[in-house]
This record gives sequence, structure tokens and C-alpha cells, in this order.
Amino acid sequence: MLDAYPTITLLSLLTYPALHLGKKDYMDLAIHTEKLARVYKLRGSKKEEAKELVALRDINLDVRRGELFGLLGPNGAGKTTLIKILTTLLAPSSGVARVAGYDVAAEPEKVRPRINMVSGGESSGYGLLTVRENLWMFAQFYGIPSKLANERIKQLLEIVRMSDRMNTKSSDLSTGLRQKMNIVRGFLTDPEVLFLDEPTLGLDVEASMDVRNFVRGWMEGNRDRTLLLTTHYMVEADELCDRVAIINGGQVLACDTPANLKRQLQRDVIYRMEVSPLNGLQPEALEALGGVRKVSHEPKDGAAVLELILAEDDALGSVVNTLTGKDIHILNLQKREPSLEDVFVNLVGHSMKEAESGADGSSS
Amino acid sequence: MALTDRVPKNSGWRLFLQTVVGRAYPRIIGLLRELSWFFFEVFLPVLSVAAYVFIYRAIGAPDVYIGFVVMGGAMTAFWLNILWSMSSQMYWEKQTGNLALYIMAPNSLMAILLGMAFGGLFSTGLRALVITLVGTLLFDVSFEVSNYLLLFAVFMLTMVALYGLGMMTASLFLLLNREAWHYANLAQEPVYLASGFYFPIKSLDFWIAAGASFIPLTLGMDAMRQLSFSGGTELGFLPVQTELAILAGLCVVFLIGARWLLGYMERLAVREGRLTESRR
Repeated sequence: MLDAYPTITLLSLLTYPALHLGKKDYMDLAIHTEKLARVYKLRGSKKEEAKELVALRDINLDVRRGELFGLLGPNGAGKTTLIKILTTLLAPSSGVARVAGYDVAAEPEKVRPRINMVSGGESSGYGLLTVRENLWMFAQFYGIPSKLANERIKQLLEIVRMSDRMNTKSSDLSTGLRQKMNIVRGFLTDPEVLFLDEPTLGLDVEASMDVRNFVRGWMEGNRDRTLLLTTHYMVEADELCDRVAIINGGQVLACDTPANLKRQLQRDVIYRMEVSPLNGLQPEALEALGGVRKVSHEPKDGAAVLELILAEDDALGSVVNTLTGKDIHILNLQKREPSLEDVFVNLVGHSMKEAESGADGSSS
Repeated sequence: MALTDRVPKNSGWRLFLQTVVGRAYPRIIGLLRELSWFFFEVFLPVLSVAAYVFIYRAIGAPDVYIGFVVMGGAMTAFWLNILWSMSSQMYWEKQTGNLALYIMAPNSLMAILLGMAFGGLFSTGLRALVITLVGTLLFDVSFEVSNYLLLFAVFMLTMVALYGLGMMTASLFLLLNREAWHYANLAQEPVYLASGFYFPIKSLDFWIAAGASFIPLTLGMDAMRQLSFSGGTELGFLPVQTELAILAGLCVVFLIGARWLLGYMERLAVREGRLTESRR
């Protein structure tokens, strides 16, 4: 019952605006979805009957203009499918999605001038063109006059510290620099709503930080622009986003500011415990103990790391007793503040990594 | 202009034109940056031409056949460009992620394809010209053009119809995955035969030649040969004026067909989720 409580509350909060918005109100929102769903039909061979894969179900979201909104979830959660629908690349199976006030399925021609998208690890553009030429080409597709496009390309490349690479062929760029070029491509066209799909995927720490700083700086300088960021990096969502929707199995499980989401767990106590191998002990056995709300675990260098969400400190005693009874040694114990990862564990029942390894390998 | 100022953007025909120029640019600049094309796309076709020239000479065929072969060799560049850089291009664009960006941008996909066509026409035209010059010099071909204006008109109509066909088939390739490669391969060699790249199309059965006329290069090459070589008229399949009229008809059919089919295929691909996903 305790687990169901936040979900019911949030779902009703999410659904409420969808039922009460007029046309003018839609225009005030950067993104609005109502009972949005997408089902893929998968067919192994022509003789086989098509199987259905539900990538999204009943998604109700409202993103205000000027908001930096995060979609947080493991691989295969439905984030990319949602972005594809919002960017007019994929039709919803049912429900409605509006971007900048326009229906993405019925009025894609009105949505497209107002949006842009950058995906992590994309290899768009042409390798034989230089960075400037690639960016200029994409600017042409949005009708930006050449002189202005070149001016903006220069300014943006300076911000991402790539001025010296302006005339380098894009095929000669490293992964990090290439992604920075893609980020510039997204911002170059001055979109009302920008979609960043895992923008720091595969980047090293420094390049990821550059990208995050750039995104933050852009939002500060453009208060009326909206940015929807998908990520499976909790820190990224926590650090950047005004609000975050946690998505798993094609459903939005919670949607609020990172602080409010974490506040749900403030009554709980969270411990990170590094222990010797579990000797066959299942984490479910720990969850059955009184006062233990959720346990996630992952192997680490021959040992195991347990993340414990406890209703109260006293519950730790029974956990320790159970572990020592199984001859499991506690190597390290740390009490910490709740993170978005804990919120995810609390909502889903396991960690993001466990969700990804348990997925069928399909990325949506 | 400050970076945070709103960016003015063109729409309508200006956007269309900008898109055409933007997409044509990589093809034109690629010709200058990757000079390896001279070996692969001039030297190798000239070798094929040489083989036919030696066969015709060995069997004592009239000299006009040598001119036919050189022209056919030059025109193969256009067919290869249509197959690999127009039709199947959408498949490659899908693989690199460009297709999603093209669809998502406010331009029309027709403008993207036109840009590809103009860029391809320019770069391939240059290749064809070099093959013609090299072939003419190597095999001592003599041209006797009877009507330059008509020759230019036939060439232009052939190109418009051919690239219209390329744009139309490109939309079909929107839905294809890896099999795109096989289809393009499948269409390569049979068309060399059916369109008479290395012999007058009149030599084929009338109905085969008529069927092959669906490929604009068939009638285009036949008309150009009739207009460019002494004795070419006797080897022509249909009168030049008739071929010109059919080519004009093909231009209309292919361009309108491309526009319609592109819209239909884009909607279908969006519905089925095949613009970005290869496996679904």
C-alpha cells in the first residue's frame, strides 16, 4: 500500500491537466501528451505471427515552456520511442501528443520548424565535409540565411571550445568532438523545443561535463526555450533538470522536481553496504525482514554492493544478523542521502542496472 | 547578432531552394575532395568500353558502333549514380541517422532529393564528360551532330526523367533495410543489357525495347545516338521526335510519381516506425 501511494497521487496529478486543458492552454505548453501509447509489431519471419511489443502505454505528460525536463529510465524503458513520437518520426498507436501546441501526428509541418533533436552517439552529417560545412548544411535545411548561419556556427563552436576544429573534416573528429558538433547542430537552429536523447552517451567525463555546462548555460540565456533530456545517468538528471519523469516499461511512474522525488524517501533511511559474496542469499530474503523496504544489489570486484532502503535505522540490525548468519562479511557501510537512483529503486523494485540487464535487449 | 537573439528563418520557396543547395553541396564538394573517383569511375568504365570496341573491330562492325559504345560507357555513370546515390541513398541515410534529421527538419523531402539529384547530376556529368573525352581520343570516335539544340533537349529531358525515376525509387527504399543493396545490384546489369548501353536498342525485339523504354536512358541514348553520329538514324529504334515526346511524358510521370510516392512512403514509414529502426 505504501508503494502504491506515490504512484496513485502522481498519476492523478499528471492526468488532471490533460482532462481540463482548452486549445489555448495547449499552446502554453511546450509538450503535452494524453494517453499516449505505441505498440510495435515484431515479426521474426513472414510465416510467424506478429508479436506485439508495448513500448509506451498511457503516457500523460505536461512540460511547460522554458522548462528543462528530464526523462529518466533504463535502456528499453521507452524514452527514445517517446522522443521519436514527439519529433514526428514515429506515429503513436493511440493517444495524443502536442509539441509547441501542435499535434505531432496531424500537424507535423507546424511542429518541425519549432524543434530539433540531438541523439547520443549519432553519426549524422558527411565525413568528407568539415565541421563548419556540416553545420552550415543543416542550417540550410531550417532556412537560416548563410551569413547568419556561419556567424552562429562560429559563436557556438567557440562556446564548446571547438573553434580550432572548424575546418577539420568531421570524419577526423574524436567521438567527444563529434558529439559536441552534434550538440551545436541542435542549438544552431534556435529551436523552441530541443530534444536531447542521451547526449552524453559514450563520452568521457570531461566531454560530458562540457556538454552539461553548455546545456545549463543555454537554458539560462534562453528562458523561453524548452529542453527535453533523456538520460539513464541519474546524476545528469539530478544536476540539470527542473523536473524529471521516471519511466520504466513504457510507463511514467513518477514526475516531479528531483528534490520532491527524493523528498518522498526522506522518511526512509538509506545505506550502501559493501559485503563479501552473498553465498546464495537472495536479496528478496532481506526484503522480507521487518523494516526493510527495498534492496538492490550488484556484484563488484568479487564482492557485492547492497543498496538498502529501510523504514528505520533499527532494521539495520536484522539485516546485519541475517548476513553474518550466512557467513557474509560486511566490508563497508555508509549511510547517505536519498538519490534519484533510490527513487527509481523504490518505484520499480530494483536498480536501473538490474532493469537493463533484465530487459530483453530491445532498445526502444 | 547575439547568440540568444531569435534567429530569422526562411520558409516557402526560399527554404526549398536553400535545402536543394545545402544537400547538393556535399556531392559537389566530394568530387573535389576525393579524387579517387578518376580511377574508379573513369578508368574502369573505359576498360569495359575498350572490351566492346575490340569485339566490334574484330567482327568488322561499322565505325558508328564504336561511337555508340563510348556514349553508352559514359551514360553508365548516370545509371550507377541513380542506383547507388539516389535510390539506395535513403537506406544509407537511414543507417547514418541523417534520414531522421531530414524528415524532422521543416524542409520537404522532395527538396532533399532534388539536392541529391542536382549534386549527382553535376558530379556524374563531369565523370561522363571525362569518359567521353578519353574514349573519343583513345578510339578515334568522330561525332557528326545534326542538331545541337535537339541533342541538348534530349539530354536534359533524359536527365530529368532519369533523376525523377531515381527520386521515385528512393521513396521505395525508405522502407527497405539491408535488402536495398541486393535490389540495387539486381537492377544494375540487366539494365545495361535491356537499355542497350553497348549496342543499338533496335537490335533487340521490339517489345523488349519498348519495355526497356521505361528506363529513360533507353530512349534518351537512342535519340542522342541518332543525333550525334552519321548513320545513327538508320540504327534508331523510334523517330527522335517520338522519343522526345515519350521522354517528356516520362518526366511528368516520374516527377509527379516521386512527389506522391514520397509523401505516401513517408507517412507509411512514420506509421510503421521504419524511418529510424531497421529491424522493426
